[in-house]
Amino acid sequence: MEASISFTINGAAVTVSAHPMARLLDVVRQQLHLTGTKEGCGEGECGACAVLIDGELVNSCLTPVLQVNGASVTTIEGVATNGQLHAVQEAFIAHGGAQCGICTPGMILAAVSLRNHVPQAGDDDIRVGLAGNLCRCTGYMKIFEAVRKSVGR
Amino acid sequence: MAIGAVGRSLPRQEGRRKVTGQARYVDDLTLPGMLHGTTVRSASPRGIIRDIDFKPGVPWDELTVVTAADIPGNNVVALITDDQPYLAGERINHPEEPVVLLAHPDRHLLEEARRHVQIVVDPLPPVFTIDESLARTETIWRQDNIFKSYLVSRGDVDAAFAGAARIVEGTYETGAQEQLYIEPNGMLAVADPESGVTVWGSMQCPFYIHRALAGLFNLPSERVRVVQMETGGGFGGKEEYPSILAGHAALLAWKAGRPVKMIYDRLEDMVATTKRHPSRTRHRTAIDRDGRLVAMDIEFVIDGGAYCTLSPVVLSRGTIHAAGPYSCPNVRIRSTAVATNAPPHGAFRGFGAPQSVFALELQMDKVAAAAGLTPHEFRRRNFIATGQTTAVGQVLREPVDMPRLLDRAFELSDYHAKTARFARENAAGPIRRGIGFACFMHGAGFTGSGEQHLASLVSVEATAGGHVRILAASTEIGQGTNTVFAQIASEALGIDYEDVEVAQPDTAAVPDSGPTVASRTSMVVGKLVETAALAVRSTLLSSGLLEDGYDAAAFRQAAAAYVAANGSLKSTAQYQPPEGLRWDDEKYEGDAYGAYAWAVYVAEVAVDLTTFETRVADFVAVQEVGRVINPVLAAGQIEGGVAQAIGWALYEQVVWREGRMVNGQMTNYIMPTSMDLPNIRVEFVEFPYPHGPGGAKGIGELPMDGPAPAIFNAVRNATGLEITKLPLTPEELVVRS
Repeated sequence: MEASISFTINGAAVTVSAHPMARLLDVVRQQLHLTGTKEGCGEGECGACAVLIDGELVNSCLTPVLQVNGASVTTIEGVATNGQLHAVQEAFIAHGGAQCGICTPGMILAAVSLRNHVPQAGDDDIRVGLAGNLCRCTGYMKIFEAVRKSVGR
Repeated sequence: MAIGAVGRSLPRQEGRRKVTGQARYVDDLTLPGMLHGTTVRSASPRGIIRDIDFKPGVPWDELTVVTAADIPGNNVVALITDDQPYLAGERINHPEEPVVLLAHPDRHLLEEARRHVQIVVDPLPPVFTIDESLARTETIWRQDNIFKSYLVSRGDVDAAFAGAARIVEGTYETGAQEQLYIEPNGMLAVADPESGVTVWGSMQCPFYIHRALAGLFNLPSERVRVVQMETGGGFGGKEEYPSILAGHAALLAWKAGRPVKMIYDRLEDMVATTKRHPSRTRHRTAIDRDGRLVAMDIEFVIDGGAYCTLSPVVLSRGTIHAAGPYSCPNVRIRSTAVATNAPPHGAFRGFGAPQSVFALELQMDKVAAAAGLTPHEFRRRNFIATGQTTAVGQVLREPVDMPRLLDRAFELSDYHAKTARFARENAAGPIRRGIGFACFMHGAGFTGSGEQHLASLVSVEATAGGHVRILAASTEIGQGTNTVFAQIASEALGIDYEDVEVAQPDTAAVPDSGPTVASRTSMVVGKLVETAALAVRSTLLSSGLLEDGYDAAAFRQAAAAYVAANGSLKSTAQYQPPEGLRWDDEKYEGDAYGAYAWAVYVAEVAVDLTTFETRVADFVAVQEVGRVINPVLAAGQIEGGVAQAIGWALYEQVVWREGRMVNGQMTNYIMPTSMDLPNIRVEFVEFPYPHGPGGAKGIGELPMDGPAPAIFNAVRNATGLEITKLPLTPEELVVRS
């Protein structure tokens, strides 16, 4: 049983044919070939699969694709514009926010979402804003620094 | 910017790919006609396979099915001892033992099929604990359940105990820990009798897999190719296990005649792959009237699980680090790695040292109290110093200055003022604050003669465009291999960092620079990068194409001209031990490591006696690591290691039932989040090491060793409770208080 589902992804309109309960994660990675979105746990704990749906940070492994019908989805591939990195991406490179890189796409989307919702985010806001994204490499310190440095830019 | 790349926080080589989602991990690859693969496991901890039942309800003719009978070569995972099969054919030795492999294009149908296979086992009595294994309630591995034992003996321990002013005893235990890299293990394989076997995957050690596949398929080495994809963390968990998964994917591809991808889901990765060895350490320590160590008698036991894997070398590192950064004339260390019917435990950052250092540093606080000394005064009287000899007979020729590290760590953490303040304030209220520390070291590179046996190779070549390319099998797994290598080469050559590239590890294209483990990549392999780069420079200088005093542009031009004229320009360097380094494998004695990193870590905790939650409120990490090649990357290594060790100390508990991990999810196996960690303050003291590239020593594992004992000593300072078992969960604290 497949359904036709239309939405916007990184600014482009798409229509996919998928089981309505298919995970948005799988549709994005396998049908749309946007493999920047990662699967770390498949149960909404690690945040590696995070995307923005209408500007809200969501774990795509827990999202049935039906739910994005008519919505606007942003993945890591849509964060930079015309090859110009987002301030958060620049800061992650400059301050060591990415190590192995597997949590990085979700982490960057969480940071972008935080900046959008709390433009003057302080240290506590940053910790809370990233609490749904696990990183095993950095101990988070360099990620905090990257987000701190990118705030207000 | 040409000169002086070493010592600067240059941006990570592959940073842009990682922040834009362009970095390619194995699960991002798809090949035409590709199947997905899965594993059917025994579920029984020990027994004899009586039958494999493929139940109806699945179109079995559509599936590729592989059992032990399908293996073309040796059904043995090549490592240290030939005891572990790729697929169990007869005997089951642990509950996650792989028995059947399945492949199909549809992952959902594949999962249905997996659930329709039953492995029927005639059970045998299992062994689950160190005590049962040592007592040999059942003999489950060869003659005696013992993978390896070591004896370190220095001086006359028994006589020293007989004459001691005071003797202090303690027993300490640590639990298993899951590496929990965020990218699960995964492999993609293409395999057939004509072209051989190729795998792409997530890994630390391409040539370990290469050797394993050659044996599994009985193929000459040139018909096996292993390519590392971007790897989402390792921490030791992708040292030896990927050989098994690569073998499984390749066996399915060989039989199916189609590419097969196997990506573990989180549950399978957590329950079936290696974890940190559980341990038990017993200490007897003798001191004289002045609080000086006169004898240490240490018994160190680790649980290796069902197969030998790397347990002997984990045990070795744990043994050598067991007496710590102290000078003691009489030391006896008896250590043993035993078998149990759990999945094999394996490599994990620190590699045995975190376990023995945990025990030692709790014991040192206990001995200090018995001696009537503060923990720091006791340590000051016993620190090892330059020129003194370790328990295994290594004379420390390079400078060691533990008092300086201690002073600096106390200054940064405000240790003395806080100790006084907490003692005053702790009487009131449910929150008890405390501060504690640990002193330790970590040897860089393979233990003993290991580096000589590896005899690692690195090549450096010039490209047609005049750039420089480093060829090594050392993997970038997040720790910064690519960046550090490029910095070392650009410094050695006096060229721009941007003019250096690092080749993707591919066994068909790079020499064997050894495994990416043991804090050896920067120090040992990095030195080979430096040596090979300098040889390229010499060739250009002696060719007349380049003159001394050149700049980066002149180098590019000369390199391009040389390649145009001669077809290629490439130099290869091979490991040579530093002058005077000696190790005796028979006596287990000598220069255990070329260099050590030294450290003092201070933890401040807040223990809530209402909820029994322990939080780390502040953390200071001071270490001497030789010259720091890239300050941001180096601090990132320390912060990440401290975070992982805080998890081990307080949160991460593997719950075992009948040899199985039963909490194999991120929901119930709890690693630190952004809310759980204190600010981690890192400082480096740099004594350049003459045999490391640009003066660097190894760094990656060091931060795993110190946090747990520092935290436990802080909890003891806060509460007066002597807790000796890790992790310190609220449940454990309730029971002990």
